[in-house]
Amino acid sequence: MKLLELRHLSTHYVSARGARVTRAVDDVSLTVGEGETLGIVGESGSGKTTLALSLLRLLPPAARIVSGEIWFEGEDLLTKSHREMRRVRGKRIAMILQDPLASLNPLFTVGDQVAEPLRVHEGASRGSAWARARELLRAVRIAAPETRVREYPHQLSGGMRQRIVGAIAISCGPRLLIADEPTTSLDLTIQAQYLQLLRDLQRDRGLSMIFITHNLGIVARMCDHVAVMYAGRLVEAGPVARIFSSAAHPYTQALLESIPRMADGRKRLTAIDGQPPDPVALPPGCAFHPRCPKVLDRCRKEAPPEVRVAASHTSRCWLAS
Amino acid sequence: MKRFIVKRLGFAVISLFLLSLTIFVFVRVTGDPAVLLVEPGASAADLAAIREQFGLDRPLWVQYGSFLAHLARGDLGQSFYYKTDVLELYLSRLPSSLLLAAVAMTFSLVIGIPTGVIAAVRVNGWWDSAGKVFALLGLSLPSFWVGLLMILFFSVYLGWLPSSGSGTVWHVLMPAFALGWYFAAAHMRLTRSSMLEVLGSEYVKLARLKGLPEALVIAKHALKNALIPVLTLAGINLVLMINVAVVVETVFAWPGIGRLLYEGIAFRDFPVVQAIVLLGGAMIVAVNLVVDVLYAVIDPRIRYER
Ligand SMILES: Nc1ncnc2c1ncn2[C@@H]1O[C@H](COP(=O)(O)OP(=O)(O)OP(=O)(O)O)[C@@H](O)[C@H]1O
Ligand code: SF4
Ligand SMILES: [Mg+2]
Repeated sequence: MKLLELRHLSTHYVSARGARVTRAVDDVSLTVGEGETLGIVGESGSGKTTLALSLLRLLPPAARIVSGEIWFEGEDLLTKSHREMRRVRGKRIAMILQDPLASLNPLFTVGDQVAEPLRVHEGASRGSAWARARELLRAVRIAAPETRVREYPHQLSGGMRQRIVGAIAISCGPRLLIADEPTTSLDLTIQAQYLQLLRDLQRDRGLSMIFITHNLGIVARMCDHVAVMYAGRLVEAGPVARIFSSAAHPYTQALLESIPRMADGRKRLTAIDGQPPDPVALPPGCAFHPRCPKVLDRCRKEAPPEVRVAASHTSRCWLAS
Repeated sequence: MKRFIVKRLGFAVISLFLLSLTIFVFVRVTGDPAVLLVEPGASAADLAAIREQFGLDRPLWVQYGSFLAHLARGDLGQSFYYKTDVLELYLSRLPSSLLLAAVAMTFSLVIGIPTGVIAAVRVNGWWDSAGKVFALLGLSLPSFWVGLLMILFFSVYLGWLPSSGSGTVWHVLMPAFALGWYFAAAHMRLTRSSMLEVLGSEYVKLARLKGLPEALVIAKHALKNALIPVLTLAGINLVLMINVAVVVETVFAWPGIGRLLYEGIAFRDFPVVQAIVLLGGAMIVAVNLVVDVLYAVIDPRIRYER
């Protein structure tokens, strides 16, 4: 049994009077094993964050999980009550939000915010939770934790705040850590240090991780498996080495070709020709067809099914079936 | 920063000067105070004597110049009617106004903040709609009308509360509620919108991601942040309450500044009206100045834009 298994998960955003429906996550199935790191890549708006928030059932009010199953440690999270779900969040599955700098509360000290999950999930006393908070700050390589715990977020640098959010995420020893990579990233060296830190934490603690990014270069360094999203669908998934050597989907191939042009590691995946699709009015058939260099006639009418290309390598493309 | 403060001070002085001119002209349009100060059937000579006594026989611009000259020395003049120093009169009424404003503020916060929080937490739900109706009523029903309704119900029909005057705790309840009613609605609306903004923030999302109970997320992480603008507004409103209670104080015969202003207008007691309007204006200008400066100190974007 895998640690996490998504089966045909679909999450839609429905506008106020139900007039517009965005299929932000559409029939996504994937798995994450113990101690594995899965990279999720895709253009802006492809549904990566929505997918992650669906796992935790912490979606914005307009979102609905319309179908699917989320199996985690042998339980379907979608059948859990709100109370039970609360005990999963922060304790068994933790997430680092896309904007780590805005995710600390300006009115409370760092120590309070790092100690909070320990107090809520483990009933730790204030003293012992704060002692653990200092250890956690040390674990994310923050100097002088004794003074830092008493400071407020605005007194810390961006890099420090990012690592404190990391410390909060690992505080209760979760089995799965989801890290949504910042799109407006900090300085490159700080970013590299942060990625290194995440990888070290993952190895030391035997965490499973889902790493969300725009950057295939980072996937190559951080992940065991990769899943490529396009317009809410998982278009290709498989082991990193396999995808990098023999991608089956034209979109993945285009992403791989654009890597050299992203040498500085900062450019987005929009280096591919054509516009990303309008999520409210997706093209019929394969959503990628207006931009696909290998488009066939049937691509315009029928959506391709997910097919197995090789062991644990799947693709959603007519060329593969 | 210094330039910013100097500039704002300059604006404040100009607005107070314009206010003094406006109110000076305005009171004189209401009529001749001498008529109200003499015995019925007094002769034209008596009237002229009174006008001369108060300097009302001089040309308007001379009167205004002398008013400003006294003002510069901190002298607000003598009341025509009470024949005492206006400032003394004002200060003797101030405690009543402060008490009324403090109780009204308490009402407005105790009603406005919880209803605003509930409306935001249950946005678009039943509670939110009820809150919107309440806000609409609060902002549109005139306070004298609310006051009269309360007098009818609590004093005339139930006989529980005194309908006018002051002296006991019971006396302050109805006027404070009538005055606080409007502000409760304003505080509710701001609490709601401020809460909605905070509830959509990343730090509230993180608080939920930590697995905190929803009550803790709202009471600790959201509310504390959402209250900052509400309490700022409450500070400004407290000053407003002291100065705009004319109608409520008149309806309930509450001996505060508002009632003094009403009497001043009724008796054409020019120095009293001028003093109250100017002091009220000065308070409002000052509190706005303080808030602007505080915001500029807190938020560097405001500081450098101006
Ligand atoms: N609160 C919302 N209400 C309505 N639609 C939304 C909302 N949040 C996201 N969407 C839509 O859902 C789709 C997926 O958004 P999502 O944030 O999951 O993308 P993403 O892959 O995380 O993008 P990015 O790389 O920019 O973070 C987008 O089309 C977006 O417009
Ligand atoms: S299904 Fe057709 S359009 Fe879509 S990616 Fe494959 S070849 Fe291109
Ligand atoms: Mg995102």
